[in-house]
Amino acid sequence: MVPFAGWDMPVEYDGIREEHIAVRTHAGIFDVSHMGQIEVEGPGSLTFLQRAVTNDVSKIEVGGAQYSLLLNDEAGAIDDLFVYRLGHDRYLVITNAGNHMADLARLGQIARDFDVYVRDASSNYAMLAVQGPNARRILENTLHIDLPARMKVGARKVGRRPAIICGTGYTGEDGVELLIDPEIAPAIWTELVDAGVVPCGLGARDTLRLEVCFHLHGNDLTEETDPISAGLGWACVESTGFIGADKVAVFRANGTDEKLAPFLIEGAGIPRPGNPVMIGDEAVGEVTSGTYSPSLEKGIGMAYLRADLAEPGTELEIDVRGKRRAARVSSKPLYKKEK
Amino acid sequence: MAEASYPEDLKYHPEHDWARIDGGEATLGITWYAQDSLGEVVFFEGPEIGSEVTKDQPYAEVESVKAVSDVVAPVSGEVIAVNDSLSDAPEAINADPYETGWLIKIRLSDPSEADSLMDAAAYAASLE
Repeated sequence: MVPFAGWDMPVEYDGIREEHIAVRTHAGIFDVSHMGQIEVEGPGSLTFLQRAVTNDVSKIEVGGAQYSLLLNDEAGAIDDLFVYRLGHDRYLVITNAGNHMADLARLGQIARDFDVYVRDASSNYAMLAVQGPNARRILENTLHIDLPARMKVGARKVGRRPAIICGTGYTGEDGVELLIDPEIAPAIWTELVDAGVVPCGLGARDTLRLEVCFHLHGNDLTEETDPISAGLGWACVESTGFIGADKVAVFRANGTDEKLAPFLIEGAGIPRPGNPVMIGDEAVGEVTSGTYSPSLEKGIGMAYLRADLAEPGTELEIDVRGKRRAARVSSKPLYKKEK
Repeated sequence: MAEASYPEDLKYHPEHDWARIDGGEATLGITWYAQDSLGEVVFFEGPEIGSEVTKDQPYAEVESVKAVSDVVAPVSGEVIAVNDSLSDAPEAINADPYETGWLIKIRLSDPSEADSLMDAAAYAASLE
């Protein structure tokens, strides 16, 4: 167990590699109860969220989900979030544990100008992510419920208690996330594990998300990075008038000095966060996420690079504790599922 | 191997490394406890043959998915062999840390250094 944003979190149960492969080929379950939930309710919900977060919230139908960013006034990313639309004027925002209190403060402050009610709902929910090609089948057979489609959300009953089920995850696999009554969470966990779902820890969550180039806030995305440098321009719709939209528009039009790029190690070596990226004697960037990819069986990572170098094919060297390791900028995602 | 084991014929360093002393040479590796703490090893790269390792100093790294760890030399000497099979199968360090999972062989520069190492019983006691 390791401390993580005030929670004691398991890094691994039986081993990161086995857990990772289970999610890619079968089904795994993650306790992500550390993630925060914020309810947004009231007639001003949509106009409030359009101002507060970067994506076009009007595009979310009731029962839909969307990835978005919460920016500071300088267009730095306070957090990356999922927004679920539960009802006409009712939304649920899923936050990262480490940023939850900052998100809550920021959203509460913006909400003063809108006819909207923002409240912390984190203690109402335990959150279990069940991910992998067999996740849905096992869940349906075990819990006897029909599941919302990918990127859809719906209210269901789990263990005879109200629950919210989301066709989302952060692994690059199909699957769902269950927001359930914390009292019944241990029993649901046990039931799913007994049905063959493999318990997975933070370690596998990190390798899975990095293989498909999903950002980890705090590493690949911080208050000092803007969405365009981070490659998240697709999650920003400036015409909605979100806070920071004017700055994002300038970054989008003029380009940024640096860009986040995924890379593969060509031979031996495992890159780690903080490793300098070199071309000859010139430092051209820094690794923000790096690990061993259990699917590709080689070192992978993401790094902020001088923008002109952040194109697939660029040859780099990663300085891994004094040893130069050959690497090449790749396209996204680093791991693609075989069809 | 799933169960902890500390063979009687080895000498142990408190940084969780072992040495099998054979006359003027020694085979080095990491203990069951070390590989269990580290998790599944996915990468090992040995030092150059002919280079020197120094007692109590790191001479290589072993990496699991989650972490990198220094490997400390229990005794000093010149590297005369590196276990090349580990570059394709580093998991041998977990499966069999004392036989197929050995890391390097050295020619001892000061055989008396081995006297400062622990025997299996003392090392096992140090882990309690």
